[in-house]
Amino acid sequence: MTITEKILAQAAGRDEVRPGEFVTCKLDLVMANDITAPIAIEEFEKMDAGQVFDRDKVVLVADHFTPCKDIKSAMQVKLLRDFAHSQGLTHFYEAQTGGIEHIILPDKGLVLPGEVVIGADSHTCTYGALGAFATGVGSTDFAAGMALGECWFRVPASRKFIFTGQLNEWVSGKDLILYTIGQIGVDGARYMAMEFAGPVIERMDMAGRFTICNMAIEAGAKNGIIVPDDTTLDWVNSRTTRDFQVFRSDEDAQYAEIYEWDAGNIEPQVAFPHLPENTCGISEVGEITIDQAVIGACTNGRLEDLRIAAQILKGRQVADGVRCIIIPGSQQIHLQATREGLVETFLEAGCLVSTPTCGPCLGGHMGILAAGERAISTTNRNFVGRMGHPESEVYLASPAVAAASAVAGKICGPEEL
Amino acid sequence: MLIQGKAHKYGDHIDTDVIIPARYLNTTDPDELAGHCMEDIDSDFLSKVARGDVMVAGKNFGCGSSREHAPIAIKAAGIAVVIAESFARIFYRNAFNIGLPLIESAEAAAGISDGDEVEVSLEEGVVRNLTTGEEYAFAPITGIAAELLEVGGLRERVRQQLVGQ
Ligand code: SF4
Repeated sequence: MTITEKILAQAAGRDEVRPGEFVTCKLDLVMANDITAPIAIEEFEKMDAGQVFDRDKVVLVADHFTPCKDIKSAMQVKLLRDFAHSQGLTHFYEAQTGGIEHIILPDKGLVLPGEVVIGADSHTCTYGALGAFATGVGSTDFAAGMALGECWFRVPASRKFIFTGQLNEWVSGKDLILYTIGQIGVDGARYMAMEFAGPVIERMDMAGRFTICNMAIEAGAKNGIIVPDDTTLDWVNSRTTRDFQVFRSDEDAQYAEIYEWDAGNIEPQVAFPHLPENTCGISEVGEITIDQAVIGACTNGRLEDLRIAAQILKGRQVADGVRCIIIPGSQQIHLQATREGLVETFLEAGCLVSTPTCGPCLGGHMGILAAGERAISTTNRNFVGRMGHPESEVYLASPAVAAASAVAGKICGPEEL
Repeated sequence: MLIQGKAHKYGDHIDTDVIIPARYLNTTDPDELAGHCMEDIDSDFLSKVARGDVMVAGKNFGCGSSREHAPIAIKAAGIAVVIAESFARIFYRNAFNIGLPLIESAEAAAGISDGDEVEVSLEEGVVRNLTTGEEYAFAPITGIAAELLEVGGLRERVRQQLVGQ
């Protein structure tokens, strides 16, 4: 069996599961945010469920429109806060106590290897980097998860992506996943598990692995996953004392498809509007001027990402007329970035540094585009209207490419500066 | 249940951001959400759509964000069923969870044009294009999806399960 099948089998109380089978699994954690929880809370109340199944295992994070951008968002966050208090939830986070959900949940040790997690947010698949089964659901599934502590799944077939060779300079996890989506398309792994492996992944830090699994949904996948190794265990053990179980794919595990790519052939990638599959290497981009650069989001708002951006922005200036918005993924990351002098570097270069929020990633606030404007962004989606006006454009790239582009005023890699 | 209405047709990879843009997600009110449904790619949708109409699309319909606001907006706008070549998985779950039926049929999705009059029988598993006279069979909805339609959505299914415990 694959790691995904083993985790689902264990959570369903079975010895074995096969792709296509329906199983009901015990949930280790359920999560929702300020956009998806309000519907879920209404549904939960209409279910007459009373109490949540386990007050330690229901996490609410207000991050999309926080600090609240308008009265309606403030009312939604208040609904979350009141529900969290009335249910006695252990884990409720908002801007000042948290940050972006998919950054803070792993950081706080709330997701561990081998666990089964549903989140009312499509990028819940991020946690697969820890060797957990984590998948996005809607509000009513989350409400059902809160009520019952279980969820049904159809066991997904797995596709394996093996990266060999050596990463080129400035090539990161973001480039590998953009490349992958470019190869297989935005529905290339629809309903499937994407398992990432190979020596390049084994040498990669957790930040890069989170970025890769984060965008599994952008290929339509149910989950992304990486078998835990020493890097995973060191990371997890420094954050929790809770018990967990490590699952590994068997040698003879069945995959619907196995891809093997030499990472040495992959250059920094850019995804053109309006789909993450419209990728090309940085050398093929051509002349594309930008109005805005965004560095942050659950994809690339980690400290490691900010360090790379600062390395490029240090001693340089953001191009005239370009707004470079840097959004640390959590309060903790913001604090650490301040201590390391990264925030000073950003401010000196002429960047805006925001408090943690999803903000412009989903066209919420803090950097909305006007008609005809163009942004380079480390976020994960470039759909029509994603960052603002339906006639604006978003190009997806790594922190290195976004930072270099901010300096150049047009899309380029750090080597061109 | 027999559904009859006009087809509103879209292409491949219709994502939940265009079904309901995130800037409107500061509400949960179905009618308010319906008021912005599809506006970024089809600003005429709301003036064209009538209760009982059918939405038709290509592959990977509903990809992207897990926002349940997307099927809620479609349903509240009056759409009775969505027919597509294929659906993204979170959208698929969400739609049945709130009682919006989906039909996966590449033939029907290709054969129906925008504005065609369409009749759908969920029980028989057949889509009839009344404008062209063509018929498309689809595998009837079974399993959990059928159960959800039967009881009126996941909320009711969970409520019954909790009462039973
Ligand atoms: S940062 Fe963007 S993609 Fe990530 S959870 Fe927030 S809105 Fe979604």
